[in-house]
Amino acid sequence: MSKLKESLGSGKFTVTSEIGPVKGTRIEKSLEEIEPLRHKAVAFNVTDNQSSVMRIASHAVCALLHQRGLEPIYQLTCRDRNRLALQADLLGAYVLGLRNVLALTGDHPTLGDHPEALPVFDFDSVTLLQTIRRMMEGKDFNGNPLDGTPADLFPGAVVAPEADPPELQIFKMEKKIEAGAMFFQTQAVFDVGKFETFMNRIHGHKVPVLAGIILLKSPAMAKFMNENVAGVSVPDALIRELEATDKKDRPKKSIEIAARLIRGVRNLCQGVHIMALGWEKHIPAVLAEAGL
Amino acid sequence: MILSRAKPYDKVLESIREARSVFLVGCGGCPVGCQSGGKAELKKLKEKLAEDGKEVSGSVLIDFLCNKALVGTRLRRRIAEIRGADRILVMSCGIGVQAVGNMVDKPTVPVLDTISAGGLQGLWPSTERCNACGDCVLDRTGGICPFTTCAKRLLNGPCGGSRAGKCEVDKDRDCGWSMIYNRVKELGRLDALRDPIPPRDHRKRDLPAEMRGTPVAALEFEFQGRQP
Repeated sequence: MSKLKESLGSGKFTVTSEIGPVKGTRIEKSLEEIEPLRHKAVAFNVTDNQSSVMRIASHAVCALLHQRGLEPIYQLTCRDRNRLALQADLLGAYVLGLRNVLALTGDHPTLGDHPEALPVFDFDSVTLLQTIRRMMEGKDFNGNPLDGTPADLFPGAVVAPEADPPELQIFKMEKKIEAGAMFFQTQAVFDVGKFETFMNRIHGHKVPVLAGIILLKSPAMAKFMNENVAGVSVPDALIRELEATDKKDRPKKSIEIAARLIRGVRNLCQGVHIMALGWEKHIPAVLAEAGL
Repeated sequence: MILSRAKPYDKVLESIREARSVFLVGCGGCPVGCQSGGKAELKKLKEKLAEDGKEVSGSVLIDFLCNKALVGTRLRRRIAEIRGADRILVMSCGIGVQAVGNMVDKPTVPVLDTISAGGLQGLWPSTERCNACGDCVLDRTGGICPFTTCAKRLLNGPCGGSRAGKCEVDKDRDCGWSMIYNRVKELGRLDALRDPIPPRDHRKRDLPAEMRGTPVAALEFEFQGRQP
């Protein structure tokens, strides 16, 4: 049984974090980076060729986490696989012990380091979620019976609550819920007021939401995300707050901001998904300051 | 020439199940050569629809639906009949369906699937494009093609990369799903857009067996310099 499912089901405020697979085979460092979080986070996302940059396969790193007694969330994108590969990889992940799967469309290949690649997108995230549900019921996409059913998969999806305009993202989110998404992790939240409006709009759906929290390392990083990352919007006030902080005090400020955001969303949603982007060592301090 | 074939009639009926009355637009260009459209086929469709209890508010055969000026002037004369219809059925390639959809504030429904748009691409000097997927969903997407407007060819809504109506691939490129969503909303049909659209049947991109070896197909592929 998925510990993530158990935690969300118990009504406990749930913390997840993530690990970005390396480009190459030297995997030890990333595994060590999340060790301090062993008893802090319930599960860890493992990204799948994140930002369309080629890296070690998500399912392999997930399996390593699983072997070490850490619970992975297998990110599976539609960018690089047709419907045969998506289903085959999912069955393979299941026999390696993986239960949580995050169904994603995936960034376009042109954004990454192999921009000439064929963008597959045979399925989209909605169809992938429908397919996972069908497989959990013992059938493949085309209705052929499976010999052994991955019945206890725990499929999830993503949404960007601060996207412009939010209406389109909510439309897609509702399709994902219909298609079988059992939990959501969100793109980074920086404006608690906007997030509250979003949560009120989806209130009727009763699907657990983990608010995305990014550790802001510098004003430049915030500005870069505003320019280049869809669905992310760091308010000017936060950027000014970072600018007014001495470089050496930035980690402390970053921890303070993240903790403040977590306290802000604490009573609005079911958990947080913390993306530290190399600052994993600061997550325990964030959680302590947030009172978790 | 653009190759097309009739969608199964049941599928057409299914896509207009909520409509009481329809207006028909036929193309007198490529579909005549493919025997998938033209005067005779338009008449047959009209009769079948009447048998199935649909009121046909009018019909028009336009020489080339890929000629923007022609489509505009011919449809303008039929505004009353178009306004009286719940849906506009278009018997042409995907360009024609999108062209008509662009000109009228009514949901347009493709009657044909476009199989090959090689060779002559038609005369439409505008943004609408058809990539001949052979499995047309324009009735579901407000007459805007998700296959040619969305960089990821998504069928069920925008990806997370959609920003203020622009695409993640290129900030100057409109987000296809943003356009589709807004158009369908204008048409008051968002509820229908919430139903999942199944993934493409990629076999339909290929020339169907019954068309292989026909003069029409031979001409089309000779024009493109490839074997059918």
